[in-house]
Amino acid sequence: MVRKLKKALSGIYVTLIGILLYAPILVLIILSFNDSRSRVTWGGFTLDWYARLFANSQIMDALWTTVLLALGSAVISVLIGVPGAIGIHAMSRRGYRAFMLLTNIPMLNADIVTGIALMLWFVHFLPLGFGSVLLAHITFNIPYVILSVMPRLQTMNISVYEATRDLGAGPVYSFFKVLLPQMAGGILSGFFMAFTMSMDDFVITYFTKGAGINTLSTMIYGQIRKGIKPELYALSTLIFIIVLIILTVFQFVSGRRERNKTYKERYNE
Amino acid sequence: MSECRLKKINRRSFLASPYALWIVGFTILPLIIIFKYALTDGAGAFTWDNLLSIFSDVHIKAFWFSIEIAAGCTIICILLAYPMVLAMKNLGLGRKGLSMFVIILPMWMNFILRILAWQMILSNNGILNFLLGKLGMGPVAIANTPAAIMVGVVYDYLPYMILPIFNAIMDIDEDLIEAARDLGAGGFTVFRRVIFPLSVPGLLSGIVMVFVPSMTSFVVSDILGGGKLQLIGNVIEQEFTVGYNWNVGSGLSVTLMIFVLISMMFTVKQKSEGKESVIW
Repeated sequence: MVRKLKKALSGIYVTLIGILLYAPILVLIILSFNDSRSRVTWGGFTLDWYARLFANSQIMDALWTTVLLALGSAVISVLIGVPGAIGIHAMSRRGYRAFMLLTNIPMLNADIVTGIALMLWFVHFLPLGFGSVLLAHITFNIPYVILSVMPRLQTMNISVYEATRDLGAGPVYSFFKVLLPQMAGGILSGFFMAFTMSMDDFVITYFTKGAGINTLSTMIYGQIRKGIKPELYALSTLIFIIVLIILTVFQFVSGRRERNKTYKERYNE
Repeated sequence: MSECRLKKINRRSFLASPYALWIVGFTILPLIIIFKYALTDGAGAFTWDNLLSIFSDVHIKAFWFSIEIAAGCTIICILLAYPMVLAMKNLGLGRKGLSMFVIILPMWMNFILRILAWQMILSNNGILNFLLGKLGMGPVAIANTPAAIMVGVVYDYLPYMILPIFNAIMDIDEDLIEAARDLGAGGFTVFRRVIFPLSVPGLLSGIVMVFVPSMTSFVVSDILGGGKLQLIGNVIEQEFTVGYNWNVGSGLSVTLMIFVLISMMFTVKQKSEGKESVIW
């Protein structure tokens, strides 16, 4: 009886938090089908905004910039961050501590401070634009890569690598045969984390972008006063649905793998 | 294998050199530059004025308001997150990842749009008051108040509190809880003596991840505060985009940075010490 009541209360609470988390998303999805430019009146159902979205070159440009930035900064962050993590891992205790402290600075610092500091520095030698934003995104993304790779390095057995090297394998060969497979999970999650953080960033982009370019976030921010173009509701609904599908598939696949694993474990016993 | 040979094999630290260069170029130098702006006036002469400008009436008011919002937001997030994690555990939504998925998914919709949606929900003739009206309850005038800003920041940062607490609590060995029950502990005692202490590392990272951004954000207060309620983030942003006073803006940023680093140092120190005691 008490157990049942506890379950019911838990269910109600989770639902309430769920409503809190999803209410604004529902509002945005409804607005993307609203046949009216106004945000407060319902003018009937339409798919117009979806059709117009792809014809709106301004939005498509911003989308392209956003995706290119996210991909570029995530790839470069992995290329710098993974060797960085391996190097830091091999350092003395003091070097390790110093580097991890420096890695935590952009994570701990407020976005607004990071953004302003980078902007003040960039204006000395670089025109603000795509390049400066890319540099800024790489800067805040490398720590995410390092912090997701480092735990893997700490738990894996480095002696295997040392053994292969001792048996005559070159450093590059050993890296690809021994280190990389063990780090793959950490690298992948670091990459996706970096990609997400870059897609999601507003503040640092806002300060480092200059006048010429827009990402989706800065474009939306610029439209707050004049009114948001409804095409942007349509675009964010599409992005949301694409991510929903990707995550659902991922969930399904990893869930199945998990079940297979537990089945095998039981079978082996 | 000889020591010397092992040392040679393990000479990998140089791999961190590109990252070291990056840190110097894009973490340390920008910090030096912002300090330089903060400590000079428009003509380039040394001054403390920019750092001390935090104590001017407008600035100190915004600063206090930011601390209030951030502290309130952190506390509300903690109070919402613990029951949420425990309820998820009760419902057996733990390890399957589905619940994580439900919590992370909203973050994929652009956050400025989500805050704008809250503006539509909370405005005086918005969705919330429409629904309250249907239920026969009076309209609430929450739009453009600190309460609206609070709703916005809590909404925005709640997942960052739930996730680390969730991870910490789900990592607790179920046997420990069983043992406490067997020894006669009631539900609350189990929480107080077993679950909560073991969730502290998660709680601390949650606090860091919620307090700093909620204190320094300027978008949420801009949209939900109606432009009249200013957080320190709004003040700094305007020094750069409206006032074009980079020195004062830098001074305020440096003050903010020092405040944030000092207040978070304690939290992080606790956290890393906790971690190490687990490892060793």
